[in-house]
Amino acid sequence: MPGNRFNGFTDYGIGIGLRAPHYDHILSRKPVVDWFEIISENFMIDGGRPLHILDQILEQYKVVQHGVSMYFGSAEKPDREHLRRLKQLVKRTNTPWLSDHLCWGSVDGRYTHDLLPMPYTFEAARLTAQKIREVRDFLEIPIAVENVSSYAEYHVSEMTEWEFLNEVVERADCGILLDVNNIYVSSRNHNFDPLTYIDSVPADRVAQIHIAGHSKFQKYILDTHDHPVIDPVWKLYDRAIQRAGHTATLLEWDDSIPSFQEVHREALKANRFLKSKSLAVAV
Amino acid sequence: MKLHALQRAVARAVMQPLTRSEGMQRKAPGGGRMSAYAARFIKPNDRLTSFERLEIYNRQYWFRVLGSLAEDFPGLRAVLGGRQFEAMCKAYLTECPSRSFTLRNLGAQLEAWLRQNSGWISDRRVLALDMVRLEWADIEAFDGLANPPLRSEDLREVDATNLQLGIQPYVQLLELHYPVDDLLLQVKHGDDTPDRASNAVQERRKHSRVRAVAKLQPAQIFLAVHRMDFSVYFRRIEPEEFALLGALRRGKTVARAIELAFRKSSVPAANRAASVQHSFQTWAALDWFCWPEANARVKKVHEERA
Repeated sequence: MPGNRFNGFTDYGIGIGLRAPHYDHILSRKPVVDWFEIISENFMIDGGRPLHILDQILEQYKVVQHGVSMYFGSAEKPDREHLRRLKQLVKRTNTPWLSDHLCWGSVDGRYTHDLLPMPYTFEAARLTAQKIREVRDFLEIPIAVENVSSYAEYHVSEMTEWEFLNEVVERADCGILLDVNNIYVSSRNHNFDPLTYIDSVPADRVAQIHIAGHSKFQKYILDTHDHPVIDPVWKLYDRAIQRAGHTATLLEWDDSIPSFQEVHREALKANRFLKSKSLAVAV
Repeated sequence: MKLHALQRAVARAVMQPLTRSEGMQRKAPGGGRMSAYAARFIKPNDRLTSFERLEIYNRQYWFRVLGSLAEDFPGLRAVLGGRQFEAMCKAYLTECPSRSFTLRNLGAQLEAWLRQNSGWISDRRVLALDMVRLEWADIEAFDGLANPPLRSEDLREVDATNLQLGIQPYVQLLELHYPVDDLLLQVKHGDDTPDRASNAVQERRKHSRVRAVAKLQPAQIFLAVHRMDFSVYFRRIEPEEFALLGALRRGKTVARAIELAFRKSSVPAANRAASVQHSFQTWAALDWFCWPEANARVKKVHEERA
């Protein structure tokens, strides 16, 4: 399954997040990297160095946009200025698909700048799917929604998180950015089997996979993106690509960022699983 | 409970200030116990109560927004001191929570808010306001719009008597009462120095900043905050240059702008032509001129952000 309609029928391999501490290395050494993921909001500006860097990256690499503040699950209309700027950036990067989180984070025009968990209700699924459709129609590119790590659950929820994800993506007819680290983190915080989650996701909608590290505290796990990927998360990744096939994979490392080489080396560990999958298919 | 009502209730708790020990307040928004408030929406689990689960988000919110302001306003932090700065930020964010999808705009209202809430800066009101203006100008200059710069060939066939020139939107013009540009550079340079002897170095740096703030004497300066090769620079300019650039940005013709710039000037009349010529050459070399439509655009952007 090299590509599907939710990632523009691309076959993007293994990428890493484009982060400021690596700019000099990337531009001067031009390392071979399948693709970079950018945080859209960092480049939704009028000018200056960030856009200059991005243009240089775009000359040599494939770039996919990932957002952190569309808040598909917020019970209010999308912000028009946000959409306008996002579309400008989409035209600049030619991203084949665009992802953001299945969460909420703003209410009455006030932003928390966090990825707050959804109540898993049918009303929320309907409103969220409607908003995803509106955004996709405006941007005119495929959308993939990412499952978030969460630390709280609501009494009003009427289904599990994976049932909610399925409900939303079926109603919106959109893709999934499956974050296997987030599934692991939430499974530990909410006591569920992460394999049940992965086995319940519609594999044909998986546009991309995220892998990352996290931090373990005494009573909960926090999604910090500041460590290597742990073995149980690689196992979930293995299961995900067994189901979804060879899928664009991205390592997130956002805090205590080590050298470019270290981050890239960590990302390329995904090859172990992707190659074994290729062999399995060939056999 | 409907989605909007639930999100409103949770956001109120998440955005409520933390206690001194960086925990969630025991009192809920609107009164009552927070533990009861949290339990209305959030399920407990075998390790965490509803209160504790909500508290994770409450802490994340404040750590993120306070961290963002500290990063954007290191100069104001040096002027006020760390403790006062953090208390001021909490008050600002409580009254002016983010209304933008990007944290970049978190401090957009800070100057206006400080003018109305000057108790936070009472000891150093003028200095603090100068610094917050400079630091916001720094942000605007860093990623502001750059229009195609005007070249001499663009001006060959224009009517010189009615010529209007635009100033690049990223160029920020400031009239200040303290030389806060020097102070900010000192603060930033200190923060960039790599740590070697950690505590001792940090302590010296802190004292050095305190001394620098205490020693700073008032002195009126005019500043153009601009960027070149994608780095931001603070360029001191003469009062006449400040007035001239301001008049051009307001849409005055070049002739009228020059007239306004020298209206109260002490520069001898005989030296003015050479002075203007030198300024224009410098600004052209810095790519500050563009077609005047850019002025309308920058005004619109500022209005939208406001």
